[in-house]
This record gives sequence, C-alpha cells and structure tokens, in this order.
Amino acid sequence: MKNIDFLMAGVGGQGTILASNILAEVGLQLGYDVKKAEVHGMAQRGGQVDSHIRWGDKVYSPLVEENNADYLIGFEMLEAARFPHFLKENSLALVNDYRINPPLVNLGKAAYPSKKEIEALILERAGKVLWIEGTGIAKNLGNPAMVGVVMLGALSTLIGGDKEAWLDVVGRMVPQKFVELNKEAFNAGCEVTA
Amino acid sequence: MKKLMTGNEAFAYGSYLHGVRFAAAYPGTPSSEILSNYARYPGIFAEWSPNEKVALDAAIGAAYAGTRAMSSMKHVGMNVAADSLFYAVYTGLKAGLVIICADDPNMHSSQNEQDNRNYAKFAKCPMLEPSDSEEAKQFVGTALDMSEQFDTPVIVRSVTRLSHSSTPVEVTDQEPPPPEEPPVYERDAQKFVMVPANARRRHPVVEERLKQLAEFAESTPINYIESGDSKLGIVSAGVCYHYAREVFPDATFLKLGMVYPLPEKLIHKFAEQVDKIIVVEELDPFLEERLKLMGIEVQGKDIFPMIGEFSPSLIRSSAVQAGLIEAPEALPEIKSNLERPIRPPMLCPGCGHRALFHVLRENGVLVTGDIGCYTLAFAPPLNAMHTTGCMGASIGVAHGINKAGVKDDVAAVLGDSTFLHSGIHPVIDVLYNQGSTTTIISDNNATAMTGFQEHPGTGKTVQDRETKVVDPEKLVRGIGYEKVDICDPYDIDKMEKILQDHLKSEEPSVIIARHPCVLSTREKHTPPEVDPEICINCGVCLDIGCSPLVQEEDHVRIDTLLCNGCGLCVKVCPQEAIIEK
Repeated sequence: MKNIDFLMAGVGGQGTILASNILAEVGLQLGYDVKKAEVHGMAQRGGQVDSHIRWGDKVYSPLVEENNADYLIGFEMLEAARFPHFLKENSLALVNDYRINPPLVNLGKAAYPSKKEIEALILERAGKVLWIEGTGIAKNLGNPAMVGVVMLGALSTLIGGDKEAWLDVVGRMVPQKFVELNKEAFNAGCEVTA
Repeated sequence: MKKLMTGNEAFAYGSYLHGVRFAAAYPGTPSSEILSNYARYPGIFAEWSPNEKVALDAAIGAAYAGTRAMSSMKHVGMNVAADSLFYAVYTGLKAGLVIICADDPNMHSSQNEQDNRNYAKFAKCPMLEPSDSEEAKQFVGTALDMSEQFDTPVIVRSVTRLSHSSTPVEVTDQEPPPPEEPPVYERDAQKFVMVPANARRRHPVVEERLKQLAEFAESTPINYIESGDSKLGIVSAGVCYHYAREVFPDATFLKLGMVYPLPEKLIHKFAEQVDKIIVVEELDPFLEERLKLMGIEVQGKDIFPMIGEFSPSLIRSSAVQAGLIEAPEALPEIKSNLERPIRPPMLCPGCGHRALFHVLRENGVLVTGDIGCYTLAFAPPLNAMHTTGCMGASIGVAHGINKAGVKDDVAAVLGDSTFLHSGIHPVIDVLYNQGSTTTIISDNNATAMTGFQEHPGTGKTVQDRETKVVDPEKLVRGIGYEKVDICDPYDIDKMEKILQDHLKSEEPSVIIARHPCVLSTREKHTPPEVDPEICINCGVCLDIGCSPLVQEEDHVRIDTLLCNGCGLCVKVCPQEAIIEK
C-alpha cells in the first residue's frame, strides 16, 4: 500500500480534531497502519490547530516530515498558508475558502494576505490548490461546524476507497443526533471534487 | 481487534486492564485525559484531587492498602508531588503503584520544558518510556508488575507527542484481575514511618533495589537490539525512537523501554556490534551522559538540540549537517516571504476573565498572575498581567512585592481551580504575616484550560457523583479573612469600586470575581451591533481583545458568527456606538 501523509490545519473551534480523528479511523478501516498527532492546549478556542495523519504499510513517526505531505487540508486560508513547506512536489491542497482574522489583523496591526497570494505560496510546492466553499456548504446545510465533514467528502473522491467505509466512520464518529445531516455534508463535499 | 487510541487513552486502558482500582490526578496538559478516560471504566475509583501531591499521597495510601494504584500528572505536577515520590521510594508499597507523568517538550502548554527523566535518577525510582499507544498500554502492566516485584513506585514517562498522538492498540475482551476482598492493611511501622532511624534502614534497601532493577533491565524484553547495518548504532527511547527509525532506516537500534536504571551489559554488547553510536533523545542528554560515564564513545547533543521538540524533519536536518546521512533530494525552495500574522490562543468571546482584566488594566494595577486561561491576559491588547510562574505563585509573589514596599497597587489573580490547588497556603501566609495583599479569585466554576474538569468547588466528582462544594468565600472567611467581596466582573462599575476599596485598604483581602465559563454554560446572547454612523473607530473596544471585533476602514464591525453577545464591548465603548439587540 502506498503511504499517504496528510496535514490538516485550522482554527480552534472549527472541528479540525474531529475531522482528523475521522480521517485516521478511515485509514484503519481501509487496512492501513495509521498514526495521528496533534497539539491541543492553552485556551479552548481561537488558536492554531494542526493535525498530522499518516497512512501506510508500517508507520513509525506520528509526525509528517517536511517535504513529504501528499495532502494539505486547510480549514482556514491563512492556516493553510503556514504549511506549504510540508508538502511534496505535485501534492494537493484543499483549502476551505474561509477567513478568520487573527487578533493582530482585527486590531489593524497586520494585514491578512490575499487569496491570490496564499494560492501562489502554496503552489510553490503543491501541484494544485482546490478551493472549497466548505463553510458555505456546511452553513447552507444548517451548521457551519460540519465544514470538516464537507472537506473530508471532497478529499475522499480524490483518494478513493470504498465510499461506504468513509460514510460508516462518519456515522460512528459525529454526534448521534446529527448523523444524517453529516452524511449529507459528506456527500455535498464529494460532489465538489467528483 | 485494533483500535486507535491516544497515548492518554491507552494509559487509562492499560491501567484498567492491569488491575488498577484506584487512581488520582490533578489535570494538566498533556496528561489530563489519562484520568478522565480511566474514570469511565467499571468497578474502579477515580478522583480529581486538589493537587498532584494530594493525588500521589492518596495513590500511595491505596497501594499501601494492597490495591493497585495509579497517579497521573504533567511534568511540572511532579514538582508539586515530588516530596511524596521521594518517601514512597523509601517506604515501598504493598500493591503496585504506577506514576504516569507527561513531559511537554516545546512547551505547547507549559511554563518550562524540564526533563522528568532526571526525577528517576534523583528519586532513585525506576522509569519506563513507551513510544506509542500500544506500549503505553503494555508498559503500565510492566510497571505494576515491577512495582510489586521490587517494592517500589514505578514512573512511566510520556511526552505531548505520545499523550496526544493516536496509534493502534490491540483491544481484548480480557477482564482485569478480580480485586482481593476485603483489602487488609498490614501494619509495619518500621517500613512505613520514615523517622530518621527507619529511613536510615530503608536507604540501603533502596540502593540494593536499584542494583536488582539494573539486572532486571538487562533481561526485560522492553529493552532490545534491532540489528541492522553495523556502521551506525542508534540509542533511543520513547517517541523519538520512531522519528529516528524514519531517518535511519538501516541502522542498528538499541530501543530502550526502560530509561532508568539502564542495562549496562546490554549497552556494552550493543556498543561492540556497531562502529559508531548516536543517542537520539529530546531535551537533556540523560542517556548520553550515562553512556559516557560508562566509557562508551557516543554523540548526541553535539548533533541534536537540547532545546525544544524533535521531529523527523529536525532529526534529518541535524543528521545531514553532521554528515551521518546524505541530504535528500532537495525540493525547490519556497521563495515567497508572505507575511502570515500569528494566531495566538485568546480568551473566548464572553469570557469573564476579560472583563476582570479590563478593569485591572484600566486601574493600572500591577497584577501577579497564575496558571490558567486567564494567563492570556498578559498578551496584547489586554497587557494586564505582569508575573506568572507556577500554580499558586500569584499570591506569595504579590505578598513579597507588597512587603518590599513598592508604591504600585498590587493584586494577585488566580482561578478557582488554581486557588484550590495551591492558593490556600499563601492566603494564610498573607494573613499570618500581617500582609495587605488583595487576592482576586477569578472564579469561572471550572478547570477550563485543561478541558472543563470538575474540581472541589464544582460539586461533582470525576465519576459524575454529586458531592460537597468547597466554597472559596467560606474557606477564606474561615481562615480569618474579614474583607471578602463577591462580584460579577461584567458589572464593571461595581467591580471597579470593590477593587479600589480593597487596594486602598491595609487589610488583607479577597475578591471573588465570579462569572461561569461560557464554554461550560453555553450561555449565548444576540450579538450587539455597531452603528457605523456613531462609531469613530477610536479602537477602545479593540483593546479588550475580543476576536469578533474587527477594525474596518472607518468603523468597527462585529463578526456575528464568533460573537457571544456578552455585551462587554457595549459597556466599554465611549461613544455608545455599540448597541445591544
């Protein structure tokens, strides 16, 4: 089996950790050895959250090595822009077309880079940047917090693997009250990249 | 069946599976989820103790009484519990005692990056270091068996990257061993009363035990050699072992599951098999120094840094620089130097701490701070905290500053959980030594920063049982404080009045600034609106550092998706341009 390294980057409260848990679990279901690492500490919301997920025959390090990631999944534009040095050549970036200002920008003391600048930066490594209206799609379905599942849907068609296996894991790992809605969000994500 | 578990989940599962029936801890990143996960298993007792020392004493007591016990803590928690660790090494126990401590290289959520392997040597206590979740589960069992075989506590060391990484764990239907019923306490004062005469008898036991443990280290399967190319030998332990395996796939490895005491014969045997030895270890040169003392030529900290966290990338670049490996094929360098503003963690919208620190800043108070979410108030734009050292330090430091005689108004600020952890003794100190310090307990009724764990002030235990509430007001009044006031910091005018009254008073005093954590209460109101016609873009509201407030070209805007509707900005706006809805 081919090794696949993923990097997810988002802002606290966006659901990055749940999405990374789902992606790791899908890998296990598809028969890979899987490791995942992330840091969550300090205040509960608003800080950077980045998650490393690795699928492979035999995975040692839970951390992805720089220059080696196959996929960058950005839940927020600026957060995606922090990690192009992790990407290998011709890798793929899926970026949620959504902006959350860091405090310095809100205070008018720093500028938020433009979408064009961010895309150019990521393209220095990635073969392609796919902009996804993840938050928009999730919001239309009733809950912007489902952005992670939308992004995973978009990712799933690119990786392949039995769609039912993905949906099964999503169904098991999201809050029980919102299983159907999340499956809808996943399917909406699939349609973006299908 | 294999299941993905974080290191912390696996520590909890391993504890349950290997018959731990009592566990106690105080939350601390990255260790907190060990106890909260353990608490969900059936037939066991788990508690959040007020601090790590109390937790360890309680676990020692359970182990004295013949019940397998576990205590978990973050690295700096071990400093708090150290006194108890040292005596337990002398007394030994009856049943197994495992202490799981989690270091935080790179200080993702800590005030220092001390290497707790030094505690093993310092306290003469054996230490194991798992490298993934499966080992985390297994090593807890090994540690408990060792604890009983050698009559000593055993420390299992974790780091952030183990505790918070998920890797597959073999899950079985196996039930933990049944408890001995009923437990019997065997009285043995000579062993358990550490007066000098007894302690002098116990110290040789400790030294002899270390020799036996060193022998055990030679034969335990958790220390092993993985044969590869004999040109390069790598010594490593813990999660660093996996990074090193990525970078040196062909090398011969000495993988140490037990980092204290070390298997010297095995190490010599390994040294004979390889031409060159490199130690790959984060933080201190703990293994490297021991190997050097053994007369073995090794390299370690001259190649890899002593500061911060390792990663495969860092090990590779250091190894290339040292000429150990060829540089990988270079990818085109990223040329863009696009400015990417940092995103530090912030107090949440609606957080009561913000209102309190707004008042403190507006009154020019010198604030000695403490460990909790509210520590974030030191940062711009609040800039309202001036010292933070460790749990409970705020009050003693404020007392010392006051006694030194500075002219500033000084207040100590700490959270409710931190107050119960280690704030009680210092408020006694202030009272006893005729201090005038104002202590402010910023009470949000939660251990918020580590993930909303219960504490003695919340009325619930970790196993969700209703219990007595320790009320900080009654507590300080009981100690002898007469000047005690309670105020919701969102009532800014009242808060300010009380603050000034306390600061001007010569009497030692306590203010309880009480506003429940909005993330636990999920309280939310309709966001206010900025009237762009009235707003002069003066930026006063931005100085409270609330993320939904965004400065636009000619006015401030409120991001309604992020806003909690708490109304603090409405209160601070001098133009009355922000209107409650």
